[in-house]
Amino acid sequence: MNNSNHKIMPVMMAPRPRPDDRFQLQSWHGYVLAAICVAAGVPAAFAATDPGQAGMFETLLRWMPLLLKGFIFNIVISISAMAVGTLVGAALGLGQISLNPFVQKIAWIVTQFFRNAPWLVLLFFAMFLLPFEVKVFGLTIPLPDWLKAILGLSLPVMANVSEIVRGAIQSLPSGQWEAAESLAFSRTQVLWRIILPQCVKRMLPPWMNLYSILTMATVLASIVGVSEVMTLTGQALAAEGGRSDLLIPFYSFVLLLFFAYCYPIARWTVRLEKKFSVIT
Amino acid sequence: MAWTDQEPMVSIKDVRKSFGALEVLKGVSLDVMKGEVICIIGPSGSGKSTLIRCVNALNDIQGGSIRVEGQEVNDPDLDKLELRKKVGMVFQQYNLFPHKTALENIMMAPLLVLKEDKTDVEKLARSLIKKVRLEGKEDSYPGELSGGQQQRVAIARSLAMSPDVMLFDEVTAALDPETVNEVLLTIKELAQDGMTCILVTHEMAFAREVADHIYFTDRGVIVEHGTPASFFDEAKDPRTIEFLGQIL
Repeated sequence: MNNSNHKIMPVMMAPRPRPDDRFQLQSWHGYVLAAICVAAGVPAAFAATDPGQAGMFETLLRWMPLLLKGFIFNIVISISAMAVGTLVGAALGLGQISLNPFVQKIAWIVTQFFRNAPWLVLLFFAMFLLPFEVKVFGLTIPLPDWLKAILGLSLPVMANVSEIVRGAIQSLPSGQWEAAESLAFSRTQVLWRIILPQCVKRMLPPWMNLYSILTMATVLASIVGVSEVMTLTGQALAAEGGRSDLLIPFYSFVLLLFFAYCYPIARWTVRLEKKFSVIT
Repeated sequence: MAWTDQEPMVSIKDVRKSFGALEVLKGVSLDVMKGEVICIIGPSGSGKSTLIRCVNALNDIQGGSIRVEGQEVNDPDLDKLELRKKVGMVFQQYNLFPHKTALENIMMAPLLVLKEDKTDVEKLARSLIKKVRLEGKEDSYPGELSGGQQQRVAIARSLAMSPDVMLFDEVTAALDPETVNEVLLTIKELAQDGMTCILVTHEMAFAREVADHIYFTDRGVIVEHGTPASFFDEAKDPRTIEFLGQIL
């Protein structure tokens, strides 16, 4: 039997059970871990509450609507930055495989520069280098802080998407290009009709991973004063007179919000990775 | 200067090709007339795959000339797409598009490249599926087909462009032994229909049966060539004799 062909053809494979499967983390382990962390924090917080003050859960409940609003803002920032970063990053990724050496070099340099820069520094750059308003054809468009934060966070997303796109395209067997080219497809047709449709599956898991990382990075915007959930938590704590017993419940609540949002995405990514696992 | 079918359909003259410092083809010449079937055999690394990949400009050449129906391939202004409409190619690894069904694989190029009418193309594709004996597999994805079935889809996909010449690059080398014959049968029928074919193959019995002419390459040159009968029974060059001795 000659099995060499199985190594080359991309074939959808069912995930093979591994011998150590019984030790593998399951989805519910994550939720249990989160519950334990919260439960462990509660006695410590109770011990710190002075008698005569409003209960901390009561206080938390009072601030919850505001904190939730703040968190929704984080999600809005993450989705917007992801959208901008993906659009520009995809173009940059295609630039990286361009046959024009100039375009290819520029795309490569931009990608490497923004991929190897700390996210917070990029955010500061966007905050302080962009003007607070721009004038286009006599029209004054204000650039509020949250918009600058979106642009600032979209820069590292862009660079990472660029690498995801380039990597996916180059991971396809070269035979796909050759077969399409020998059928007289133009390069554009090969790319859009043959290569990219096959890349989407390969790109989806790393792209979702990136989105999770971005969502967690949106709290960086609190450092530059955007009214997202961390900023609002700090303000709420200050309004309560800096009670130290409130620190754990409030920040635990923020942690829980992010966990509840990001953990399912992470699980979903793992499932997609298994589903799309290819043998090449 | 218009080409007529009295002249060779593919004319290869003194072709040289290097990958970096490694010279793979050191002056290879051969002619293929319309309707002829030629087989190129030889040890691996002798440059036979490289040679046929040069015919449809998947590889460029550093010296010499390749003419396909009079059109010079070794020309910086070559319209590669026009050339490739005339030259079909089938690969060792089939290279079907895994995200498309068998029928879609066959239909894509006539639709997108030749911009033909969809109903006509579908009719053609279904008749080609029938020709390669894969009725019922129209809607299967490549991953659901055996190697031999995939290779026959690949042949049909190439035929859908109505090429004048077909190149076969070790198309049975990756197949399980029991599926080799179904692919060879398809190629044989194609040859009997008058298709001009250039095959790189290790199937000696098959080469002997279908080829009009056999070329033996070693280390970048054609060592010996002739009709199957003279080639297999009266080989003169010691390298050919040694190779045939190992294979047969």
